Amino acid sequence: MQQIFNFIYKNSNRLLFLLLLGISLSLSIQSHSYHRSKLISSANFLSGGVYERINNVSEYLNLRTQNDALAQENAKLRSLLFNAKDTSAIPKLDSLKGVIPSDIIVSKVIHNTFNTHENYLTINSGSLQGVKSDMGVINSLGIVGVIDNTSSNFATVISILNTKSQINAKLKKSNHFGSLTWDGKSTGFVQLTDVPRLASIRKGDTIVTGGQSVIFPENINIGTVDRLYYEDKTNYYKIDVKLFNDMTSLGHVYIIKSKNRDEIINLEKKKEKDE
Amino acid sequence: MNSTLFVNIFRFILLLAVQIIIFNNMNFLGYISPYPYILFIILYPVNGNKSGLLAASFFLGLCMDMFSNSGGFHTAACVVLAYYRPYLFKFAFGLSYEYQTIKLNDVLTPERFTFLLFSVLIHHLILFTLEVFKFTLVLDILLRTLLSSAFTLIICIIIIYLTKPNRR
Repeated sequence: MQQIFNFIYKNSNRLLFLLLLGISLSLSIQSHSYHRSKLISSANFLSGGVYERINNVSEYLNLRTQNDALAQENAKLRSLLFNAKDTSAIPKLDSLKGVIPSDIIVSKVIHNTFNTHENYLTINSGSLQGVKSDMGVINSLGIVGVIDNTSSNFATVISILNTKSQINAKLKKSNHFGSLTWDGKSTGFVQLTDVPRLASIRKGDTIVTGGQSVIFPENINIGTVDRLYYEDKTNYYKIDVKLFNDMTSLGHVYIIKSKNRDEIINLEKKKEKDE
Repeated sequence: MNSTLFVNIFRFILLLAVQIIIFNNMNFLGYISPYPYILFIILYPVNGNKSGLLAASFFLGLCMDMFSNSGGFHTAACVVLAYYRPYLFKFAFGLSYEYQTIKLNDVLTPERFTFLLFSVLIHHLILFTLEVFKFTLVLDILLRTLLSSAFTLIICIIIIYLTKPNRR
């Protein structure tokens, strides 16, 4: 017994080191899985609050570009409205249910990273505003990411510039779909893989979100085809997609709250159980 | 004795704040960013409490991870650096470092530079290895480590020169 105590006393530093290293490594390994631990994320009270303070100051620096973007989006929506057949008519609701299938929550990016392989954004609305994990985040130009963790007033977003993110996307003109990933190299480009070689693709074609995911509605802009590679082994294309969004400067974003999401997920779970 | 404790607490908070507000927003070429917050571990008193340093660097790393959404990468790198600091002292200043009075925040000598260089390299290598976590990207890890280390080193030296106490 005495010897055990002696051993612990002698090696107390080493044991402490191993304990702390073990904790940190387990946190690191956990963070590489898709759903991460809630403890270490910038959506908590302390870091979210600090980032909100910092953002309150720094948002003045790019007020002009933000205003321009909002004005442009307004103009676009106005033109849609004026070109509708009857401007006084209220948009039609889904006659079966009487609700619009998706809702939108406005939010603001308060912290943004783009220099690592796994990038996250922090936004200033959380579960109190109705944000839940796995909701889609977009802005006026295109998609931004998917909600990861939420706290009461903040949420973290897995940016599309994250090697873990995988989003269903398709070619706008031909509906050939593939999955959108990022290779971690350039902040302006993401990669679309698994597009069959049958598809005729040209440089400049538009890529939009596909209808297969429950996260994003169909036909939200992503980017244009910049370069085509073609893999001999698999007979699939790999496409470099130039993003419409500048992921390095983001302001206001919209969170998409799909009303049918739970229903679809429950249905698919039921199917899996039956099999 | 108490004053060193306060100096260290003050340094901990100040370096963390400066890192989060200023240096985390610096990105050259999209992926080179400096991490001068490890100066806390480097400048910790040579003969100070070792378990204290380990615990402090654990919390330093944890705070960094919380603010940059990076799992436990900073924590692991900081703890390893804190543990191997005595060995680095031995390497840079010779065997009898414990009996000398080493002051790091002073004029840059080759010994001090070696110590700084290896501390920064070890920390960054572990940080980027854990961050990328793929063996196919070894070259990428090494490139990031080298470039970011150079950047961190320059900023660390500038900070040391700016805050070095005046001798009269």
